[in-house]
Amino acid sequence: MAYSFPEEVLEYVFAFLSSDKDRNAVSLVCKSWYEIERWCRRRIFIGNCYAVSPQIVIRRFPEVSAVKIKGKPHFADFNLVPEGWGAYLYPWISAMARSYPWLEEIKLKRMVVTDESLELISKSFKNFKVLVLSSCEGFTTDGLASIAANCRNLRELDLKESEVEDLSGHWLSHFPDNFTSLVSLNMSCLGSEVSFSALERLVSRCPNLKTLRLNRAVPIEKLPSLLRRAPQLVEFGTGAYSAEIRTDIFSNLVEAFSGCKHLKSLSGFWDVVPAYLPAMYNVCSRITSLNLSYATVQSPDLVELISQCPNLKCLWVLDYIEDAGLKALSSYCKDLQELRVFPSDPYGAEPNVSLTEQGLVTVSAGCPKLQSVLYFCRQMSNAALIAIARNRPNLIRFRLCIIEPQAPDYLTLEPLDTGFGAIVEHCKQLRRLSLSGLLTDRVFEYIGTHAKKLEMLSIAFAGDSDLGLHYVLSGCESLRKLEIRDCPFGDKALLANAAKLETMRSLWMSSCSVSYGACKLLGQKMPRLNVEVIDERGPPDSRPETCPVEKLYVYRTVAGPRVDKPDFVWTMDEDAALRLS
Amino acid sequence: MEGVMSHESDLNLKATELRLGLPGTEESTAKNNKRASPELVDDGQLFKLESDAKAGDRETAPASKAQIVGWPPLRSYWKNNVQSKKTEAETGNYVKVSMDGAPYLRKIDLKIYMGYSELFKALENMFQLTIGEYSEREGYKGSDYAPAYEDKDGDLMLVGDVPWEMFMSSCKRLRIMKGSEATGLGCGA
Repeated sequence: MAYSFPEEVLEYVFAFLSSDKDRNAVSLVCKSWYEIERWCRRRIFIGNCYAVSPQIVIRRFPEVSAVKIKGKPHFADFNLVPEGWGAYLYPWISAMARSYPWLEEIKLKRMVVTDESLELISKSFKNFKVLVLSSCEGFTTDGLASIAANCRNLRELDLKESEVEDLSGHWLSHFPDNFTSLVSLNMSCLGSEVSFSALERLVSRCPNLKTLRLNRAVPIEKLPSLLRRAPQLVEFGTGAYSAEIRTDIFSNLVEAFSGCKHLKSLSGFWDVVPAYLPAMYNVCSRITSLNLSYATVQSPDLVELISQCPNLKCLWVLDYIEDAGLKALSSYCKDLQELRVFPSDPYGAEPNVSLTEQGLVTVSAGCPKLQSVLYFCRQMSNAALIAIARNRPNLIRFRLCIIEPQAPDYLTLEPLDTGFGAIVEHCKQLRRLSLSGLLTDRVFEYIGTHAKKLEMLSIAFAGDSDLGLHYVLSGCESLRKLEIRDCPFGDKALLANAAKLETMRSLWMSSCSVSYGACKLLGQKMPRLNVEVIDERGPPDSRPETCPVEKLYVYRTVAGPRVDKPDFVWTMDEDAALRLS
Repeated sequence: MEGVMSHESDLNLKATELRLGLPGTEESTAKNNKRASPELVDDGQLFKLESDAKAGDRETAPASKAQIVGWPPLRSYWKNNVQSKKTEAETGNYVKVSMDGAPYLRKIDLKIYMGYSELFKALENMFQLTIGEYSEREGYKGSDYAPAYEDKDGDLMLVGDVPWEMFMSSCKRLRIMKGSEATGLGCGA
């Protein structure tokens, strides 16, 4: 019976629910549970900042202490979303400053953050603790100075891979002398040199510092001084890891690293001089995460390092590792869960390293816990994909980028449909998939039939007709995000599956064949979707209705059409359809 | 009136459109609805660019393939961090060379020289002078000129003291000094 427990008891029970899914489910049980839940939800996640407005959020959840918001669509990472599209943080901060004075955490991804917003954050929330800016832009180091100066209880400042206008390194010196609460600092994306003595003092006086990711400007000779002051570090990112070979630098580094008995994660390594890698060897046995994606070092040096890390769970590395290095990885690192291999020369016409599909096959065979893969390579075969699928049915994320668009199976010259088909058929828990290479509608038939747990799908230069899109939209039950570029998908599949779009977070289609007329129709049919046409050629009604739009971004929303659109974005809504026809 | 405005394709505006690029080349976005056969994608475009280049056109196509926007899918943040080292490797290490008394400076690419002797030969050629013999004790003997360089810290150093590789990475600009100023540098005093 709904009234068998007093409110306080229910609230107490709900406090144990951390997952949003669970809380959302609880709030649907009955009105009283909805009420109780909304008053005690402390952490909110907004997967698309335009799906809801700050006012709606605040009205429903009056006492929030942690907010996570995502802005631009994923393809913005590859410059497909024009500058000025949106995802501004300011309206959120200004609303939350009034209603959530006790807000502690703000985590953002792909949002436009200004110095003004940062200053407002630093002055509005007295107990502010955590700021994570992942792939954000729009702010300068002055904004960081405000945070440093005013957030007395700051624990975490993580700039992940944001694009910051770096005016100077002076911001770090704004942390007051009595500021000691820092637990995590990631400034790896910044260019300017910070005052080293200020950094040293900061590290010295923050006994709880667990994560320190330096930027490239911190030279290797200065690392020992920092490591000695923070032997409790768990995650460490070096700066430029190079210097002339000197035994004193080397031995200082060895000693300093040995003092860090809790190090689990290493990153940084710009400009690596291989001779300095062994300085880390005595911490390698505890290392579980290694990010070498900036380390332009050859395979033998990489192998020597990796062979010291039997507990490695996550490796990000350049393709300098080559097939031989991946073979070594598969024999030394049996705990490996995540592998990302990036291309050292993505625009070169010819391969510059000996990295092929074989490397990935070997890792899939040798690493039983491998569940997450991002792999850039220049050739692939159905046979290899089938082998990978059979070896690793426990894959959760599989993102393959064959550098040449529409590259076929290099052995048979056939499309890679059967290969990817095998992936979705065997890997029943697959949640994320990125396709590449030569693909026909057939691969989408396989995906629609088998990929029942798939949540995110990225497609480029693939398919033959609308049938491909139809298979995906009608078959993938768990699909939340679909992003498509340069595919011959048009109106039919989109309109036929319009209802599906309300069950998803978003759909992105660029350089496809969706006509303006179809977009208008979709907007008209589906009032709870924002159907945004992004077109830098000018107003879509200056062209025929059958003309395909440049870019289309469709997302469900309870906030109605955006009010902050730039002049190259149009929202297709009921009124627009009537006005323009 | 809008109704009268023809479709772009009817007027064939594309033919009269002003664009940068070699005549005959298409834009590289894959708007075609057909599944591209390997020949079309790989060789068709590439051969077109190569043959046009061979025709001696000054605006030669880039050595790597025509780049598609946002492909391969790499974040520009990451590219800036890794690629910047690479482009330096490809575009050479140009430094300014000044000579005392000369009206203007020159620029040379240190990367193309195998060592000091080749560098000196090039400088002698460029400025019509002789540099003389290097000795650790006395600098450059037998000439009025001494080659000096500005290093990363901004100090003026005599060329030749350190190994070539180290010199290449620390040299920011070259200066050919003349006369008493030059000989003063190399003095044992």
